[in-house]
Amino acid sequence: MNKYKWLVPTIYIIFLMLPIYWLLNMSFKTTTEIINTYSLWPQQFTLDNYKKIFTDSTWYGGYLNSIYYVVINTIISVSAALPAAYAFSRYKFLGDKHLFFWLLTNRMAPPAVFALPFFQFYSSINLFDTHIAVALSHCLFNIPLAVWILEGFISAVPKELDETAYVDGYSFWRFFFKIFIPTITAGIGIAMFFCFMFSWVELLLAKTLTAVAAKPIAATMTRTVSTSGYELGLLAAAGSLTIIPGAFVIYFVRNYIAKGFALGRV
Amino acid sequence: MSKISLNNLSHSYLAQQNNDLDWALRDIDLEWSDGGAYALLGPSGCGKTTLLNIISGLLKPTKGEIYFDDKKITHLSPIERNIAQIFQFPVIYDTMTVFDNLAFPLRNRGVNEDKIQSRVKEIAKMLDLSETLYNRASGLTADGKQKISLGRGLVRSDVNVIMFDEPLTVIDPHLKWILKSKLKELHQEINRTMIYVTHDQTEALTFADQVVVMHEGQLVQKGTPIELFEKPKHTFVGHFIGSPGMNLLPCELMNGKVNFSGAKIEIEKIPSSHKVYSKTQIGIRPEFVSFSNTGIAVKVLKVNNAGRHKIIDIECDGGKLKMISSITTTIPSSTAYVKFNSKYTYVYGDDWIIEE
Amino acid sequence: MRKTLNQKAWFFVLPVFVLVAFNAAIPLMTVINYSFQETFGDNIFFWEGTRWFKQILQSDRFHGALGRQFFFTFLILIIQVPLGIAIALSMPKEGVGVSVCLVLMSMPLLIPWNVVGAMWNIFALPEIGFLGHSLNALGIDYNYTQQPFAAWFTTILMDVWHWTSLVVLLSYAGLCAIPDAYYQAAKIDGASRWSIFRHIELPKMNKVLTIAILLRFMDSFMIYTEPFVLTGGGPGNATTFLSIDLVKMALGQFDLGPAAAMSLIYFFIVLLICWVFYNLMMRHEGQS
Repeated sequence: MNKYKWLVPTIYIIFLMLPIYWLLNMSFKTTTEIINTYSLWPQQFTLDNYKKIFTDSTWYGGYLNSIYYVVINTIISVSAALPAAYAFSRYKFLGDKHLFFWLLTNRMAPPAVFALPFFQFYSSINLFDTHIAVALSHCLFNIPLAVWILEGFISAVPKELDETAYVDGYSFWRFFFKIFIPTITAGIGIAMFFCFMFSWVELLLAKTLTAVAAKPIAATMTRTVSTSGYELGLLAAAGSLTIIPGAFVIYFVRNYIAKGFALGRV
Repeated sequence: MSKISLNNLSHSYLAQQNNDLDWALRDIDLEWSDGGAYALLGPSGCGKTTLLNIISGLLKPTKGEIYFDDKKITHLSPIERNIAQIFQFPVIYDTMTVFDNLAFPLRNRGVNEDKIQSRVKEIAKMLDLSETLYNRASGLTADGKQKISLGRGLVRSDVNVIMFDEPLTVIDPHLKWILKSKLKELHQEINRTMIYVTHDQTEALTFADQVVVMHEGQLVQKGTPIELFEKPKHTFVGHFIGSPGMNLLPCELMNGKVNFSGAKIEIEKIPSSHKVYSKTQIGIRPEFVSFSNTGIAVKVLKVNNAGRHKIIDIECDGGKLKMISSITTTIPSSTAYVKFNSKYTYVYGDDWIIEE
Repeated sequence: MRKTLNQKAWFFVLPVFVLVAFNAAIPLMTVINYSFQETFGDNIFFWEGTRWFKQILQSDRFHGALGRQFFFTFLILIIQVPLGIAIALSMPKEGVGVSVCLVLMSMPLLIPWNVVGAMWNIFALPEIGFLGHSLNALGIDYNYTQQPFAAWFTTILMDVWHWTSLVVLLSYAGLCAIPDAYYQAAKIDGASRWSIFRHIELPKMNKVLTIAILLRFMDSFMIYTEPFVLTGGGPGNATTFLSIDLVKMALGQFDLGPAAAMSLIYFFIVLLICWVFYNLMMRHEGQS
């Protein structure tokens, strides 16, 4: 069975790549060609869609805005989540189980519910149309995610590791950063990727809380429903480009994820 | 039960080796006879875990061979070698009870259920696990879990060698002592070859009949605890064993005479070869330095009272030394003379003892 | 895990609590308020009590959407979880294959959901899409815009394509976090591959799998954008899942009262199921 193990991920990847190929295919076609002909590769190859994106500042500006607030959110979410996850894993305290579950409940309401109240709130504190507003609002669903993921990985590290470090004379923070964090790199890597991902694809709040200065790619993409109908070619090109930043993120954290936890010497 | 022989064993984790440092193990030649208690002692990174994993079959060596009872087993898997290994962190099957944990290796080998019952109960009794036999294994404390790991090794009656990779690392200090004695007791009871890897000299010296000291991938010395203490063959052994370790200071070796601190030092075995070394050192343990009326001129710097003896810091022209003397000895106030016990004074050339 | 009692742990949790709570509190008040009132469009509110709740809970339309939703989520979970685990188990743990797998498998997750819906919309069309064209070329009469079965098939296929990688990545990270010593000990104990999976890998992946299952449950139960862009809820109401129905009611008919009531009911169903599931998974954690 081991000989054919590589077949499984290979078939899966082929399955994943087919629609993505189609997306790329569409991005190099004009909308008319997409709607009217069936072709496995562009009959009238065009770079117009990409040209539009790279030259129109509302488009490429959108990408930069998105990257900006997503990165801010990822950093805030994972940094706040780390000590909290540690506490949930190692300590018993008043209300701990309920607090942990309550965090998850914040992902149970559709964002539509929050759109208007958030808009009112962030406008009232003068943070409308800023990156930080979007980053903070995304904390609603990303922090619970990060805490839950990290708690799972932290719990897999035996508590004896902490105790041995204390016996060896480490102060808490030195232990936390020098010894503990290296053991949960897989958890941190995956938490970072998921926070990035969920914030990156979130459209509604990002659109609602911004106007011009911090307008994300999401909002610009819904503009493709113009008077002439869906500008499919443009949408496909934009969609293809949205894959790139996230691909970088997972590439960047790949070693943290795969390295795992080697039972290190304390 | 097996005699273990290691022949010219070398191992590297890299695909290509350009210098000595690329080798985790270099030219290990070793023979352990049946049923003994052995320790592999050395600091972190010296290669002892690598060596252990090669013996257990978890790692295949880059070069060299291993024999169990003169049978070449270098390429056999761990199961085929009939070994047991206990790791630094307790490794147990969380979802199973203590009983099922202990029974697991036997069930995998198709042993019949009655035999499993009696064997598991026997081992549990030996390890004081009978009370908790039907509890979930994940509920036990760290030392309990290590006992389960140990039990899984013992429960197989055909086990050749039992290997311990720093097993007491996560155990509470006050429980370490109990577990240590238990291991020694077990060894006497079941009489199988046990190899104990550690960086703690006390653990090694109390557990083992014979200790192998490793340093930077090489086997530095093999001997009983007393041999290692009284005659270290390498400066590393001298420095690593003993608390405080051996005094090692630069000296001059010329024409068979040893010059140190302006004085000629008497040694029992005077080196007569004329080999040239880039570094020569004189080694003497603090236990074998004593005050006298003549000898090397020293200044007493500090006296530390260590309970049953005193550790004294002294300084001479050749450098700083430590010496140990009994509680009752009067210590000269500032300047004095010391002499070295010639039987235990050695000269080291390029870190290795010079014996001829 | 033996946990130490330590009330000072609240300081560790404080940043998280503040950041999430302040986001969560305000809107919730608004929704709860609305759900007990009626509006005549001029923002004049009348207290209506539980009338909307009763109306929703008794409506056939709600039952229909709820039933479809449960069935959809059931299918999603039963396909994506085992599939995700199986793929994670077969992925390489070192070498260049790791990068290739991780990067390629994460791609579907990164595409904005409206683009996912739009691309599958085209991809599955019988005339101009690769999937639609190929299926029909093989002799299968396939048209998701008109056939409910085809619509379901396409929606599920799209979701599997889109989200299975989440399960894969979480499971893979969980697997990589298992220390080598466990595999080494299992080798020495003579354990079979299945034994290793059952007694080492699956238990050690317990927490990570819980998160994966909870996430997939919640997100598939609340799914909106992708099926809406793909089928619009059709043909007819064949793929009108709960969210789609809710939005139709709130924005289409501007029945804010019933819509808010439905939102709350919706929320409580999700909450209840997650709570039950969470306790089930964590039950044997508490036993030790």
